[in-house]
Amino acid sequence: MSAVTEHVEDHGLVADEADEHHVPTDRYFIKVALVLALLTALETSTYWIHIGGFATPLLLILMTIKFFMIVLIFMHLKFDNKLFSVLFYMGLGLAMLVYIVFLSTFQFFAR
Amino acid sequence: MAIIERPSLAPAVIGDEVASPPALVTPTAAMGVFKRPVSTTGWKSWVFTVDHKKLGIMYGAVALFFFLVGGAEALLIRLQLAAPDNTVLSADLYNQMFTMHATTMVFLFVMPMAAAFANYFIPLQIGARDVAFPRINAVGFWLFLFGGLFLNSAWFLGGAADGGWFMYSPNSSPLFSPSHGIDFWLLGLQITGIASLVGAMNLIVTILNMRAPGMSLMRMPVFTWMQLVTQFLLLFAMPVITVALFLLGFQRNFGAAFFDVDKGADPLLWQHLFWIFGHPEVYIIILPSFGIISEVLPTFARKPLFGYKFVVFSGAAIGFIGWGVWAHHMFASGLGPVSVAVFSAATMLVAIPTGVKICNWTLTLWGGKLWFTTAMNFAIGVIVLFTIGGLSGVTHASAPADTQQTDTYHIVAHFHYVIVGGAVMGLFAGFYYWWPKMFGKMLSERMGKWNFWLMFFGVNLTFAPMHILGMQGQPRRMVVWPSKLTGEGFFNLGFWNKVATLGSFTIALGVLLFVINIIITTKKGAKAPLDPWDARTLEWLTASPPKEHNFDSIPTVHALDEFFHRKYEEVDTADGARLVKVKTGEEVLAIEEAAGDAHIHLPSPSYWPIVLALSFPVIAYGIIFNRMLSVVGAGILVIALFGWVLEPSVADDSDYDPPAEGSGPTKELASIG
Amino acid sequence: MADITIHKSDAVQVEAAGHDEHGHNDHGPGGAHVTATGLSNNKMAMWLFLGSECLLFGGLISTYMLYRGRQGSGPGPAQVFDIPLTSVSSFILLMSSLTMVLAVNAAKRLDDKNTRLWLMATALLGALFVGGQVYEFTAFYQEGLGFTTSLFSSSFFTLTGFHGVHVTLGVVMLIALAAIIGRGRITGDKAEVVEIVGLYWHFVDVVWVVIFTLVYLIPA
Repeated sequence: MSAVTEHVEDHGLVADEADEHHVPTDRYFIKVALVLALLTALETSTYWIHIGGFATPLLLILMTIKFFMIVLIFMHLKFDNKLFSVLFYMGLGLAMLVYIVFLSTFQFFAR
Repeated sequence: MAIIERPSLAPAVIGDEVASPPALVTPTAAMGVFKRPVSTTGWKSWVFTVDHKKLGIMYGAVALFFFLVGGAEALLIRLQLAAPDNTVLSADLYNQMFTMHATTMVFLFVMPMAAAFANYFIPLQIGARDVAFPRINAVGFWLFLFGGLFLNSAWFLGGAADGGWFMYSPNSSPLFSPSHGIDFWLLGLQITGIASLVGAMNLIVTILNMRAPGMSLMRMPVFTWMQLVTQFLLLFAMPVITVALFLLGFQRNFGAAFFDVDKGADPLLWQHLFWIFGHPEVYIIILPSFGIISEVLPTFARKPLFGYKFVVFSGAAIGFIGWGVWAHHMFASGLGPVSVAVFSAATMLVAIPTGVKICNWTLTLWGGKLWFTTAMNFAIGVIVLFTIGGLSGVTHASAPADTQQTDTYHIVAHFHYVIVGGAVMGLFAGFYYWWPKMFGKMLSERMGKWNFWLMFFGVNLTFAPMHILGMQGQPRRMVVWPSKLTGEGFFNLGFWNKVATLGSFTIALGVLLFVINIIITTKKGAKAPLDPWDARTLEWLTASPPKEHNFDSIPTVHALDEFFHRKYEEVDTADGARLVKVKTGEEVLAIEEAAGDAHIHLPSPSYWPIVLALSFPVIAYGIIFNRMLSVVGAGILVIALFGWVLEPSVADDSDYDPPAEGSGPTKELASIG
Repeated sequence: MADITIHKSDAVQVEAAGHDEHGHNDHGPGGAHVTATGLSNNKMAMWLFLGSECLLFGGLISTYMLYRGRQGSGPGPAQVFDIPLTSVSSFILLMSSLTMVLAVNAAKRLDDKNTRLWLMATALLGALFVGGQVYEFTAFYQEGLGFTTSLFSSSFFTLTGFHGVHVTLGVVMLIALAAIIGRGRITGDKAEVVEIVGLYWHFVDVVWVVIFTLVYLIPA
């Protein structure tokens, strides 16, 4: 790339050949979409099938799985350079931290 | 020798095939009516520019204007408070005055001035020719200008915002504030907020992606590092106030009940949302100035910055911990002991990285060969005054102490010491340090010294007494302090209020000298060499002012303080290894220029940023006065967006006028310096 | 669109001793400037924007969570929500993420026709989702839940309204992108532009995943 011959530590943040290789096929994406559809069906079923206090944790878990499937696979974050993950998770992490603390001051989780 | 060229289809190497251009239908050909702007001189070259240096100067000029506006508002406040039961300002006008003073100073002066320096110097410090997204850079400036003007137009259209800069509810509801002032305030801040947000994305990508070869993150100048942290803070904090402003706007204009206690609303919702933004905001205010003095102190101490890694990491630590302290602005709001204790502890924690910086700056000075230029004076002034403000801040971190101090002038003293003594003095250090580079002229050092000392004494004269006033119980945001509180003895309100007022005019005099300094320098200032201070970082490896393309050849970086290491080498002498100056800045630059790139292409100016920016105040005026106007504004917005997206970043050949017969260099050739 | 440079003759790739036709050697394949991290400017900007959007939607969601029980004398969630209907529109939006990645894959294969096809499919599904929202809100309004009825209603409509506006803007972008590709006017890396629009679209979908659970499904 340039006349610089010294090796500068990049901690995997500079793109290299490995980043370019994973190209999911259409088939793979369709499979992922089917799993997501299934999870959605499961979520929606709680409207009819009452499971009492288990509903909330289950729904939160399903929501989280769907969230990360879309982000990691559809948005390709799992296969892309780590820097993109860092940038996005900074925002996500900060939002969760700040707003959970915010709601805590209203005793939201005490109920 | 570098020439800026229009992209050409001539074969690069003799004998190569000339590829036929792709069959593009370009906007100019399609629309045929308007050519895009391409001039390099005159007012058009400023209004349609995408050059980071021009934008930086415009940011700075407008910010300076608003500084004077905010300063005038401050002087009026101080005149009102100089005597008990005073009648200079009515209560209503007083409320507007302190609201607009703070709003103008924070959002329309300090933040944009820091943006001015960021815009101008980040590309130069990292060895780049511009920022990653030059048109977005331009739209940011115009949004700032139009947003600031829009916000202040309230003065003439029924009264300015009057709920305090933090606009607590329910005071901000139409019931208590029926004029349009607050609507102007919230819409104006939304507009300038877009500028901050897109600017943050732009500068982060620029800093991460456009560094010169060899410039790893730990070889970046500290100013750039502090700006990087600042931009992340902006990126994540602006959306929070955006939410708050939307909620308030919906309440005031569409009848939503977010802060309506009668309907069951919790007034703390606003306070939380505002301060979740508001606390990172104060780090957004201070970190750029910390970055500036981290450049100035080593330069004028003739020593490298002590503990570079510590300064960098403590900046990042401040940025991170700063997210966990916001409710220290709410200690007296009824949060409950658990929340208060947690936030109190976190607030004490955030003082630590700042303390680390103070130590590092002091140790930078220790044993150095100190050169007391005006810039150096301001930088040392920051260390002294910020420490004072920081110490009073630490006392506020203790919730029991703060319960007495909150809403009194003790708090006013604290934040003015850190903002005026810290952030503003840091910006002034930047003015005196970087003026020669930006304008090719030296500001008068003699007048600069007067500027500095008047401001330094003025700050102390104005804000030191406020600690006393606060302890004696003078509340904030009260139009009068009653004569029965005048008091006796050493700590009486009457005397110290007068001192504070006198101090504010002292500051004003110092600022006036700065303005005069600018005027006389522009008229007949001494020409600046490219490296007047024998500085250390890459922005000095350019002409003064820099050429439009910054660097003839992008420098390769081998070390921190790269420019310094090209001038100085370690030589073995009888007394041991010594650093000896082997080249002047001019000589180093000449070497770079000799290896200049043959072809440099820069992004072309564009109409769309200013057009896009213009649509926003139109929409905003429409929301307040006439919804049809908003529709028109939205139309302009859509047209501008499409025009922007469809426009290539470099102008078509057909946009340039052909050179006249026998004339000299054509318009598109940059001046060869 | 990489703002800092443009190459009109991408077809000409002069490989001469590490220098391309512009006399410097910092261009990668396709003519885009090589960056210090090797990553695309535009893609990085989009991820930064999405990071900031987390704070935006987090604020709106938190406001809703705070006020969800405060319906005053007006209708509450149990009275107005139509879970089956919303499930269908959630499913539609979810599938639009699939059509979006198929569009990106087509763009990577340089298959303009299918790229535009899948982009339009995504836009259609998105428009269907918005249509569902409009229908749903109209029904709520008729059942006595207006924007200003209660804290619950204001928070609900603000949160879902912001999301709906994001979807609508996304639909506009998708259609515009399909049209621009159709006229051959994208410069630079076409697949990357589609990918970046895709990132925005998936994010809007993922926000709905959160909203659907927290607002509709989790019992009050």
